[in-house]
Amino acid sequence: MAPTTCTIRLTVNGQPHVAKVEPRRLLVDFLREDLGLVGTHIGCEHGVCGTCTVLLNGASIRSCITLAVQADGADISTVEGLARGGELHPLQDEFSAKQGLQCGYCTPGMLMRACEILAENPDPTPEQVRSAIASNLCRCTGYQFIIEAVISAAARMRAPAATEEVVS
Amino acid sequence: MTTTGHAGAPPVRDHSAKRRWVGQSIRRVEDPKFLLGRGGYIADRITPGTLHAAVLRSPHPHARILRIETAQALASPGVHAVITGQEAAELCDPMPDFGPDPARHTWRCLAADKVRYVGEGVAVVVADSRYLAEDALELIEVEYEPLPAVTDPERALADGSPLVHEALESNCAYERSFDFGDVERDFAEADVVVRDRLRWHRSGGQPLETVGAIAEYEPGTGSFTIDTNTLSFTSYLFMAAATLKVPANKLDIRPVPAGGSFGSKLFANKPAVIAGMCARKTGRRVAYLEDRADNIANCDHHGSDRVYEVELAMMRDGTMRSIKIDVIDDYGAYIQFGVGHHGNALAQVVGPYTIGSVRYRVRAALTNKNQQGAYRGFGSEVNNWMLEQMVDKAARELGLDPVAVRRKNFIREFPHFIPTGNVYDSGDYERVLDHALELADYGHWRAEQRRLREQEGRYIGIGVITAQERSVFSATEFWFWFDEPGAPVTSTPESVSLKVDATGGITAILYSCAFWGNSPETMVAQLVAEEFDCSPYDVSVVYHGSRDGLPATGPGGSRTTVMLAGAVEGAAGKIKEKARRAAAHLLEIDPDDMEWSDGGFQVRGDPERKKSLAEIAVMLHLFKHSFPEDMESGLDASKVFDHPYTTMPSADRKDLGVFYPFVGHACHVPVVEVDTETGVVTFLHYAAVHDCGTLVNPRSLAGHIVGGTAQGIGTALYEEFVYDEDGQLLSSSFMDYLIPTAMEVPELTIGHVETPSPYTPHGIKGGGEGGRMMAPAAINAAVNDALAPLGVRLTELPMTPERILAALRAAGTTG
Repeated sequence: MAPTTCTIRLTVNGQPHVAKVEPRRLLVDFLREDLGLVGTHIGCEHGVCGTCTVLLNGASIRSCITLAVQADGADISTVEGLARGGELHPLQDEFSAKQGLQCGYCTPGMLMRACEILAENPDPTPEQVRSAIASNLCRCTGYQFIIEAVISAAARMRAPAATEEVVS
Repeated sequence: MTTTGHAGAPPVRDHSAKRRWVGQSIRRVEDPKFLLGRGGYIADRITPGTLHAAVLRSPHPHARILRIETAQALASPGVHAVITGQEAAELCDPMPDFGPDPARHTWRCLAADKVRYVGEGVAVVVADSRYLAEDALELIEVEYEPLPAVTDPERALADGSPLVHEALESNCAYERSFDFGDVERDFAEADVVVRDRLRWHRSGGQPLETVGAIAEYEPGTGSFTIDTNTLSFTSYLFMAAATLKVPANKLDIRPVPAGGSFGSKLFANKPAVIAGMCARKTGRRVAYLEDRADNIANCDHHGSDRVYEVELAMMRDGTMRSIKIDVIDDYGAYIQFGVGHHGNALAQVVGPYTIGSVRYRVRAALTNKNQQGAYRGFGSEVNNWMLEQMVDKAARELGLDPVAVRRKNFIREFPHFIPTGNVYDSGDYERVLDHALELADYGHWRAEQRRLREQEGRYIGIGVITAQERSVFSATEFWFWFDEPGAPVTSTPESVSLKVDATGGITAILYSCAFWGNSPETMVAQLVAEEFDCSPYDVSVVYHGSRDGLPATGPGGSRTTVMLAGAVEGAAGKIKEKARRAAAHLLEIDPDDMEWSDGGFQVRGDPERKKSLAEIAVMLHLFKHSFPEDMESGLDASKVFDHPYTTMPSADRKDLGVFYPFVGHACHVPVVEVDTETGVVTFLHYAAVHDCGTLVNPRSLAGHIVGGTAQGIGTALYEEFVYDEDGQLLSSSFMDYLIPTAMEVPELTIGHVETPSPYTPHGIKGGGEGGRMMAPAAINAAVNDALAPLGVRLTELPMTPERILAALRAAGTTG
């Protein structure tokens, strides 16, 4: 007997998708296996570690405890959508500059969470960033350089014109 | 070159040359792919048509398997195979095992006759998807006959305990007492003997990515190809191949980036064996990726789990004379690495102190828990904690300042041989301590501590610990426990091939080396750039598979950077020698009159007459006939770099020889507040100074210090694999196994001191494990300092709020 499937329509990184999925299919498996977007990783599989964080309509969610059917009609953002035109997003670039990653496994989730944090507050203090990223576990860095990276990226994102001048 | 005059010591190196790339905090070359979400981790490599394996785990800590019924599971949709432990025992030989007596504590990829811990695998299902495989797991019926379990190591060693392995006739897998130096004399001459009992519970690496493998078996050639995020030791490949019942040259284990390891992916071959077994059985490509429950309960990589009884012989002036250590280590149900963890301890057993003699008695207990493996520190971090606890207790009992006691006993002359026979190559412990106290603002916090206690009734504590960070193991530490077999000294090599293409582009090939979150590509790129004056970002780095690889051992024991540096230096030297001859030939000059300068060979002192590496390379690749007969086309070389400094143990094992010679040092100074109402510990400040010789990338090392310290905070305060008396695992998810978040990890103030090793390229020592080797000791010291006015000392890790409150209650202080 073929399993029941549901049809879902959603946008991922600006790209519309229509798909048939089993009701029990997890969003993270849909993104990774059905769409091939393997940048979103699986960590604890019970919603604690935040490794699988993606944005759903701009808000961070844990895609390992979200069903794909729950994303029907939603706008999903994943790490694959951050870099534009071959240029790293300022958050990605600052993670590299500050060595805010070691094994890189929590990084996509951490980057998506950081996007949300800066969308809510473009000028956070280090303590605010520390508190906000406590949603996501990192086993390598001890968080310090992640916080530095988010603060540096925030400064660049607040003053894009100035950054461009520096670059040119 | 001069020599130290010590037998087996390598020549003392000259580190005076100016360095251009080594020492620079460049961006890591690994980063872009990870930032883009294109890391290529094992789970990212599942291709359409790959089958998925899932393992049925035992709910019992100890039970005989009477019957397994698999027919229903096999009939479940999408299922291709179900393999029970009994069948697995026919398909595969036992797992690779460095334990004392593998025939009598036999470890298999799935339990065959009885289960020995909660979570042990009893069957595996292979299906079209993980979903279908897990559906089928629920249809397997296992009939168990539960047996009494033992989870306490002391009970396990007592008469009448249930036996984990009947064939062993005991739960004691290993016992021996070693004397190094004249312990009895030193104790007889001591003024005071300080005694304590200490308990370190088990935690583990718990990387955010679990262990996984994807296997294919080609019946036409009888070969396996297995991609995995564990190691692919070329030197020990034959062991994994034997488990899969193929010759080693029919097994290619290809390393893929790991989402963290911290030791826990060291030799983690079980997933590769399970995937391989399933691939051969089904004739299909099979992925076995542990889920989190597997990785917590069945990873074979829990950390140390020790009970110590210690006596430290002291003089009244604070001089440390001798130490007697009696340790029971709870290894769990199997003992894959033997008691190598205690070799780590013995490498630096006396810490940075001039303790004259040591008695070390170790008993390895087997219990109904998942077995120990590797976790950052590999047992040496536990010794650091034990020793620093004893030093603090001695200072307290003698009424001396704990910082002054440490300073008084510091080793000051190098190289220094400790009583066990291992050597400390170099160091400047006083400078590290002074720098740490300065960064910690020690005087200020001592004043604050007094003020806050007197004025506000708050309990602030300052921990100061000074401890060692051994690096670059030699595998003798895995066999010197036994009188037989008397193996020769073990070389434990690492290899690199460098290939210069026709345009001068350089590719470095690493063997047995995995990306674990450490930075082997950045390290190698910086080292190659140093040799050839190119940009590190222009160096391409390739991780070679195990088959047809050169001898190598891979990361572990903080060896990667030092060993790769030696291999890069060796391979670069060979390439430069050929390039020198080629350039000399092209310029029609004697090779001895050529010198390397800024990316090429020039006539000594004459930059106008020069051939760049690219000019030499294109000639060697395309125009071989321009050169003498004996010069082959191409420009590449390999170097198998053997352990640079390791010596034989004595036959009576009163001297274990040199086996961990490049010894760093650190001082950690955390300032904590202990809430005596709730038992919660908060950080007010944290300073850490490390000396692991010459730094290759200071920012990268700082990242390891912070990250390792964060793990040490977990070990000290939060993380524990808790088994109840009946053997149930209570912390089986991240809801109960508490990994520190950003709110539990303070901002660290980090300092570096650089005392180059006299024996290694550039003077580098290993540094990847340092944070976790120091933090548990330091935080325990800080908590004890805070609670000293209440007469309370914590002697058990992790110091959970419950344990702190219990200690306060036991001391008669309301909690």
